[in-house]
Amino acid sequence: MAKIDLKDDSAVVVIGSGAGGGTLAHELTRRGIKVVLIEAGKRQSLDTFSQVPGEAFGQLTWLDTRTQSGNWGVARDFPTLPVWHCKTVGGTTVHWTASAPRLQPWELRANTTYGKIADTSLIDWPISYEELEKYYIVAERRMGVTRRNDMPGLPASNNFKVMYAGAKQLGYKQVHTGHMAINSRSYDGRGFCIQQGFCVQGCKMGAKWSTLYTEIPDAEATGHLDLRIEATATRIVHGADGRVNALIYRDSQGQEQRQKARVVCVAGNAVETARLLLLSASSKFPHGLANSSDQVGRNYCHQITGFVWGIFDKPIYSWRGATLAGVVEDEAIDNPRRGFAGGYRIELVTLDLPTLPLVGLPYGWGRDFAWVMENYRNLAGMFINGEDLPRASNRITLNSNVRDAFGLPVANIHVDEHPNDQAMRKHAQGQMSRMYEAIGAKRIILGPTPPATHNLCTARMSADPRDGVTNAWGQTHDIKNLFISDGSVLTTPGAANPTLTIVALALRQAEYISQQMKAGPV
Amino acid sequence: MNETTMHRREFLKATGLLTGLVVVGSPLALIAPGRAWAVDLTAFTSFEAATLMAVARTIAPHDKLDDVAYALVVQALDSDATRDGNVRKMFREGLGRLGPEFVKATETDRVAALKKVESLEFFQTVRLKTLRVLYATPMAYTCFGYEGEAFSKGGYVLRGFNDLRWLPEVPLEDSGPMPI
Repeated sequence: MAKIDLKDDSAVVVIGSGAGGGTLAHELTRRGIKVVLIEAGKRQSLDTFSQVPGEAFGQLTWLDTRTQSGNWGVARDFPTLPVWHCKTVGGTTVHWTASAPRLQPWELRANTTYGKIADTSLIDWPISYEELEKYYIVAERRMGVTRRNDMPGLPASNNFKVMYAGAKQLGYKQVHTGHMAINSRSYDGRGFCIQQGFCVQGCKMGAKWSTLYTEIPDAEATGHLDLRIEATATRIVHGADGRVNALIYRDSQGQEQRQKARVVCVAGNAVETARLLLLSASSKFPHGLANSSDQVGRNYCHQITGFVWGIFDKPIYSWRGATLAGVVEDEAIDNPRRGFAGGYRIELVTLDLPTLPLVGLPYGWGRDFAWVMENYRNLAGMFINGEDLPRASNRITLNSNVRDAFGLPVANIHVDEHPNDQAMRKHAQGQMSRMYEAIGAKRIILGPTPPATHNLCTARMSADPRDGVTNAWGQTHDIKNLFISDGSVLTTPGAANPTLTIVALALRQAEYISQQMKAGPV
Repeated sequence: MNETTMHRREFLKATGLLTGLVVVGSPLALIAPGRAWAVDLTAFTSFEAATLMAVARTIAPHDKLDDVAYALVVQALDSDATRDGNVRKMFREGLGRLGPEFVKATETDRVAALKKVESLEFFQTVRLKTLRVLYATPMAYTCFGYEGEAFSKGGYVLRGFNDLRWLPEVPLEDSGPMPI
């Protein structure tokens, strides 16, 4: 691993080591570019992942305070945990459940496809599907996505058999074990999935793709990566010319450090990315960096989610097997006759016993609640992953009344659900309930919307600089050597779990940054 | 001696002990060294602890789950109360609302009493702690048939992840080959 001097102004500083930042760091270093990778969390490994769910949650989760407001269910059910992402080397790719579908061509033209919808800030992507597809192909090969290239599908688990039978009763056609970034056979020096069901606690087999044990060690092997762990970015600074030139961060001892930079790439997950840009306000950029459009933090999307549980009179043992390996794709279409714009996926899911009452059934107590828990063996699960619509007022802001360990304002997350979001959730929960009823469920339980795991669009790409924060390469409209490299840049969320798209965009951005550095403009 | 005087006496003593016997054949019997168990308390009196245990059993009433699992909930509450005087005060006030008869009341009456305090921080704190601690105990794992982590046993790939037989098998094109 390289040791890059704090005063070295030739390096690219990447903030965050997850799907976007980890991939970008690898892609830049393999092209010979020096990268300082700043990660707020600690470094775990296959050996150190805890298999005690509560412990694993504490080991991997970003638990620094956030506040929230708005009418979404999360504010009521999970007041202290609005979003659920990671603070560890590898970022959220350590706990993700590895569903890796592509966005569809029409989803990149959301505004054109859906037409004018009141109270939304919809725009089309500045990239065509054909352009993005080239990078999807590379990303899928890199990550070993199942049912792509020559990677077979994962075998069907018990929980999936239930989903499949119900889906077929309803006449659904596109039902399979998913496009998963989980090895169904040994691949890329990593083992195959042994169906542990502990995807969220960190895959001790390394069968699930994570930058922690793929992109980051590959980047280290180039000799051009300086990974700094337990380092918290607090401010990006710029020179009189308006170009960013350094990152201020706190090191593992809490000491303030200043790393000079030729280019800065922010990949801290949509909440922290927006917060860092806002915290970096200066006299030249009084509303925060890259925020002349006033779009930083706005248009926050999290995708429509929500559990549906079916209780049967025979055992399912839903915890055995890859957590999310199953999908119904028939509803990932745009069909306004359903009463809403956009599509959704129905995805397989379950929760381990300790987590189920906290996240899957969070308001319960008493005999009825106890009955549900006692039927844990006989419980099958699914959830929605659907497109929510961007609204300018759904946004990340700084809350100066609540401060973090360094005295900086924490992020407030405000979400009011759009009627379209509510109509979609209702439709999806109805379809899922019918699936379970069709095969004899004795009880259906509609679970809550869990803390958001897909945090998106807070620094979105836009053709017109007035509509967003970055251009089609994640380069901010205002500052040519400042890039955004995570899910914040998605123009709209679509109905696809976002990681594959984040990786594809990072691959594309790395090409662009390296060309721009060679040619001179950044 | 009636409940009230016992309450007062224990209160003055300031700390207590929660004890019980492991039911023969219960999951705990496999892991507990002896048949008796005891939880040391540093914030609660024995009577307060017994009341909290009754609260936990009313929140999550599993008849087949051993008392010791609920005692672990009380132990966790006791350690929170020990760490923070305000938390201890909040518990004392909440327990005061429930009164000394709660511990001996019927389940119906206990539910009614808890409904009255449902919106209080006291109840929500005990409820969340009960859920957090109870379902993470080895006793709960065994009671509900949850098998937990599987890495150390080679996963579930050869141990039943696809053993469901009461529904049709998924065709190979929508599933995938077994890796081994």
